[in-house]
Amino acid sequence: MPNALEIRAMNKAFASNRVLRGIDMDLPAGAITVLMGANGAGKSTLVKIMCGVQPADGGTMQLAGRPYAPETPRAALEAGVVTVHQSINDGVVVDLDVASNLMLDRISTGGQLFLRRRKLHAQAREIAKAVGLVVPMGLPVAQLSLADRQLVAIARALSHNPKVLILDEPTSSLSDAEARRLFALIEKLKAQGVAILYISHRMSDIRRLADRILCMRDGVISGQFEEQPLDYAGAVRAMLGHEMTDVDITLATPGAPVFEASGLKLRATTKPFDMMLRANEVVVVVGLVGSGKAQLASALFGVAPPVAGEMRLDGRAYAPRNPAQAIAQGVFMAARDRRSNAVVPDFDIRRNFTLPFARRHSKAAHMISRRSEMHTARRMIDEMGVKCQSPGDPILSLSGGNQQKVMVGRWMAEEARLLILDEPFQGVDIQARRDIGTRIRAQAEGRATLVLVTELDEALEVADRIVVICEGTLVSDRPNRDIDVAAIMAEVADTPAQPEGQVA
Amino acid sequence: MSVQARLIDLAVKFGFLLLMAGMLVFFSVAAPGFLSPHSAVFVFQSVAITGILALGVTATLVVGGFDLSIGAVATSALMLSAYVMVVWELSAGVAIALCLLMGAFVGLVNGLLIVKGRVPDLLATLGMMFLLIGLQRIPTQGRSISSGMTLPDGTVARGTFSEFFLMLGRHRIDFFIERLIPLSVIFLLIVAVLVWVFLEFPRHGRLMYAIGSNAQAAELAGVKVERYKIAAYMISGTLASFGGVLLAARLGRGDVASGTNLLLDGVAAALIGFAVLGAGKPNAFGTAIGALFVGVLLQGMTMMNAPYYTQDFIKGAVLVVALVFTFAFTARGSRRA
Repeated sequence: MPNALEIRAMNKAFASNRVLRGIDMDLPAGAITVLMGANGAGKSTLVKIMCGVQPADGGTMQLAGRPYAPETPRAALEAGVVTVHQSINDGVVVDLDVASNLMLDRISTGGQLFLRRRKLHAQAREIAKAVGLVVPMGLPVAQLSLADRQLVAIARALSHNPKVLILDEPTSSLSDAEARRLFALIEKLKAQGVAILYISHRMSDIRRLADRILCMRDGVISGQFEEQPLDYAGAVRAMLGHEMTDVDITLATPGAPVFEASGLKLRATTKPFDMMLRANEVVVVVGLVGSGKAQLASALFGVAPPVAGEMRLDGRAYAPRNPAQAIAQGVFMAARDRRSNAVVPDFDIRRNFTLPFARRHSKAAHMISRRSEMHTARRMIDEMGVKCQSPGDPILSLSGGNQQKVMVGRWMAEEARLLILDEPFQGVDIQARRDIGTRIRAQAEGRATLVLVTELDEALEVADRIVVICEGTLVSDRPNRDIDVAAIMAEVADTPAQPEGQVA
Repeated sequence: MSVQARLIDLAVKFGFLLLMAGMLVFFSVAAPGFLSPHSAVFVFQSVAITGILALGVTATLVVGGFDLSIGAVATSALMLSAYVMVVWELSAGVAIALCLLMGAFVGLVNGLLIVKGRVPDLLATLGMMFLLIGLQRIPTQGRSISSGMTLPDGTVARGTFSEFFLMLGRHRIDFFIERLIPLSVIFLLIVAVLVWVFLEFPRHGRLMYAIGSNAQAAELAGVKVERYKIAAYMISGTLASFGGVLLAARLGRGDVASGTNLLLDGVAAALIGFAVLGAGKPNAFGTAIGALFVGVLLQGMTMMNAPYYTQDFIKGAVLVVALVFTFAFTARGSRRA
């Protein structure tokens, strides 16, 4: 098979953070290439360059033998590189009906001033038929299921006769049956000679679809698997770079129980489970998006109470109704997605550090003591290793990794009974990740620490115990010693996930 | 930093103060008598009420909200105080207390509508504005309230505005020149200092700014977001009703036609305040300067015999320029950083 797309020596850096470091990649026509990689490996940057959202710093691309360097997403689309993004609602306009969505690209490129409804619907129906989408053309997309919305996005993409189709974690919000429908469609496109790049963590999808596997790690292709039968375990190792993790963990001696939960039920349909967190210990819960991690964090921090179950903190009943109550009892949480849940963009570093504990820095008449704040900010900048000029720098002047250090450090400035860190390594570079991980372990004595992550290698770097969550319930619990990566990966990945709820 | 960036920084920081200085010079030359003490009294008087309303709006802006009902709250307080004293023949103290309570209550309702009812702030306070404009006219069937008026039921209202009450709006203090500073300006200064201190130094002001910047993050940091938002609207309502009391004291009657410009002037002052010294955020000092700016502008134009509609136009234009200063240039500044 000839290559539909060839990428050579591609580089991309954001400030000093080198995200892509010489990527070489071929996508053969009529084959499904699976791209695996942990968060921050550079997958999404690579996709953005391929579909014209960002330019590369260096390197070349050839599409069907011709130089290809799209300047806009529209140019990529016209050249025949079509992308279906992970978050489905980015691909559709929910307020418009199905027909308008399917015809959106043609409508927006001009042509007639007035749209003839009947003609529009007829053309739209043709496009829908190609992907097996059977819904009334006049129905607003808002009323469709997630799977149908995604089919709308894919159908719209396919109406451009793609040479290359990029699917970025397309099954992350689909049910099993919906995913099977999608797979059938992908197989059909493959038979038509489209080169497919399929990005996923989910082993079941990968086993089902992959003709070849590429693994990405820290901005390079770390593994390429083409010989049948494919070496899945090798691919997982290449993706996680387990051998490359040079963090030595000395397991802590577990202290007294701090947090206990019994019969905890996160969603109406999931199985209840028990949980115990001890002092000194860092427990890492590993699970995919949608596995119930978010609900677990919400329940423990009082954002949304669990469906059922009892929680105890230091032996006393614990049922916080809001984060303020949780904090008052010594349960702190660094929320995931710092941009929406943690950063106060108008504040400087000092004020961002002291936000949750402003009360402890205020004296008579609730006046905040600047000196006390500066003291804490300086200490935390030092402890967390935040790279900045002064505590007065605007928080947004910091790099992502340093912002994250502030957001995590915010909760380490005071003594916690239970510290919850939800995706503390999200969107940070490898050095910041190591720094944050070291701090988490260095301060763990005396308190219980619960870290929630998606990526196993992040867990291996900080955990005393690794707990796998799947389908809203805990499925395994093992000390972080001689870990069988493949076994954990199977527990984490081999079962379908459900759409995730929001924090708050 | 390049020369251009430096110039923009200077413009953002001092542009508005320069504009104000330029305006003072212009009016002094173009409008004879603008620099007189008499004219200053007028400026101060209008600034006092606008400023107090604007400081209330500032509190709601800080938590990322907005209060469009301030003008209507002020005129409601104007009518209420007149009604209490003229029709019910009660004391000035009772009238003031009832007005402030009314303002706080309206703020509470606004806050509850926004926080619990999830009505967008602009719409909730806009609805409240219309409601109050109607409500304040019902007891008198749309007529102004003054001593000796005939009530709808045929009786004659015998109450009067007490001397003490009128003094709040009319008394002037000697300051170099006899009777230069109206008492209401002293109230403005006190309110401005209180709001400034409240927003800058205690924990509460800090947390309110955090809410305005990222409410979700504040909530997850344990801040009681809903309470602070409601409190902000209550501050706004209370200050607006205080402004209305001062207006009633100045006018000496419950005039239904007064106070139509209060909303525009107050909001303009608060938003212009964003631009003062390049703060880029709502702040009490900027709001006070903004109120002074609006007052000087109006007085200058009045003395140049500009008709009222030109004044509205110029005010609007100044507001738009101030907003560009705030958002376009400071956003650019933060991106550069």
